[in-house]
Amino acid sequence: MSGHSTYQPKNAFSRWMDARLPVGRLVWDSFVDYPTPRNLNYWWTFGGILSLCLGVQILTGVVLAMHYTPSAAGAFNSVEHIMRNVNYGWLIRYIHANGASMFFIAVYLHMLRGLYYGSYKAPREILWLLGCVIYLLMMATAFMGYVLPWGQMSFHGAVVITNLLGAFPIVGETITTLLWGGFAVDEPTLKRFFSLHYLLPFMIAGVVILHIWALHVVGQNNPTGVEPKSKADTVPFTPYATVKDGFAMSVFLVLFAIFVFYMPNALGHADNYVPANPLVTPSHIVPEWYFLPFYAILRAVPDKLMGVLAMFGAIACLFALPWLDTSKVKSMRYRPQAQLYFVIFLVICVILGFCGAKLPDDQVIPGLETGIKVLESDLNSWVWLSRIATLYYFAYFLVVMPVLGLTEKPRPVPETISSPVLGDSDKKD
Amino acid sequence: MAENDPGPEGKDPNRRDFIHIAAITAAGVGAGAVAWPFIAQMNPSADTLALASVEYDLTKVEAGMQVTINWRGKPLFIRNRTQAQIDAAVKGDHDPMPDPQPDAERHKDGKAQWLVLVGSCTHLGCVPTVGGGDYGGWFCPCHGSHYDTSGRIRKGPAPKNLVVPEYAFLSDTKVKIG
Repeated sequence: MSGHSTYQPKNAFSRWMDARLPVGRLVWDSFVDYPTPRNLNYWWTFGGILSLCLGVQILTGVVLAMHYTPSAAGAFNSVEHIMRNVNYGWLIRYIHANGASMFFIAVYLHMLRGLYYGSYKAPREILWLLGCVIYLLMMATAFMGYVLPWGQMSFHGAVVITNLLGAFPIVGETITTLLWGGFAVDEPTLKRFFSLHYLLPFMIAGVVILHIWALHVVGQNNPTGVEPKSKADTVPFTPYATVKDGFAMSVFLVLFAIFVFYMPNALGHADNYVPANPLVTPSHIVPEWYFLPFYAILRAVPDKLMGVLAMFGAIACLFALPWLDTSKVKSMRYRPQAQLYFVIFLVICVILGFCGAKLPDDQVIPGLETGIKVLESDLNSWVWLSRIATLYYFAYFLVVMPVLGLTEKPRPVPETISSPVLGDSDKKD
Repeated sequence: MAENDPGPEGKDPNRRDFIHIAAITAAGVGAGAVAWPFIAQMNPSADTLALASVEYDLTKVEAGMQVTINWRGKPLFIRNRTQAQIDAAVKGDHDPMPDPQPDAERHKDGKAQWLVLVGSCTHLGCVPTVGGGDYGGWFCPCHGSHYDTSGRIRKGPAPKNLVVPEYAFLSDTKVKIG
């Protein structure tokens, strides 16, 4: 897609600069003249929205770090100090805390877009893998950020998640001790998490640059999944994509603002406004909503090590996806059967989210006693629902994706992006 | 000329290969030596290690009661078991369980009433609540592990019994843990 540069320096200074450090040319080629498929829909605006999210998190985070105290004795109080004393501290902290959730809403929609339209298939495998790396870094950053207020949920969430690594035989204990810097989650843990929480967003920014670079080498996918073949298939990035991205960002910011101003604690837990106490665990520990499906997978497996492996495996499936999907057709727009399994997958992810938030042994259908116990749990329990959902989650990647591509009969795919729109093809759909 | 001949490819390393291998090896060892302190600094520092043992006066714990103290940043349970609780634990010695261990191995000889345990669930480290669960010992609220009155895992996802730390009776009423 990246063809010959059309950048024309307009004045003496930009000509001088262009011969020395062609930043103007890079921006022009990447964000002005860059050809984008003409049929991109609003699902393609989340890349821009995600860049915005990263910018907002870094800006608010740098400010919060100016007022925050990374110590077990001072952390909780310094967050309250930000909320009560620092000018507009409440606003900046609420933007940062809710910004994490907004970031994950956008990244999940961005990933599902890629999943539906086959954006991970050749030649976009590296693009997809870089995206998966960004997602991993985001999860690590969000987890460590959530520990920093040093509330009850922060503390015991950190205990549970770091203990996950203790599940590995032989090296487990060495790893957790190294991670904690002591015999339990404590002061040294908080300090290193603060340091890394500050570092990781800049590493994300670095991988984002690679992600955009890879994108601009292979070009954007589009709703048809057919690669652009001529000028008729593309429009320049500016004004088309910039305006569309700008509008989508505005709508997204409205949603963001509703959370920040009207329901800033809706996505958090009341327990995190209780200072951390290592001697008492809150009666019900749950991670932030964006980790709930993976938490449900962890709890679905009765064995500790296998549970941890299943949880990491759920993410590993995403990395392997480009080689698991055997379909030659990129976009599910032309794969009715794949659409069905995709919709079930969406529902399953939401169900896993619910399962992760509930107590495992509570009943799914209140009052129904099945009396059938398998693996020590009643069939009418959240743990069994999450087991069934976990099974489908893995089956979707490991069975449906490879098999369906070989057995299904896709609908006819248009020859070019422009042919169904402009009707200049022999074949009219 | 003959001495400088590099010789046939793939045969014993000649002078140039030796320089490459030596340089890369030296750089690798150097990189490792530099990485070592940066990784080692993550491990517990000297002051953390120094705080590793505590003493506790047992007269403060009445029969049937448990106190939770902080040991190495983790909760430590000191439980004064009633005769009924000891009997229940001994009676359970031969039940099938994930991590079988007789009750006698979990307390000091002749001190069956005193149970000293690390109060971290062996599943993912939550603090179990005393007196709960199907076996009257402890119940972990996070993921539903049930421990009996000997602190042995009986039901739920935890793989191991609650850990008995290294401890010793300094006198009849005083223990030193760690």
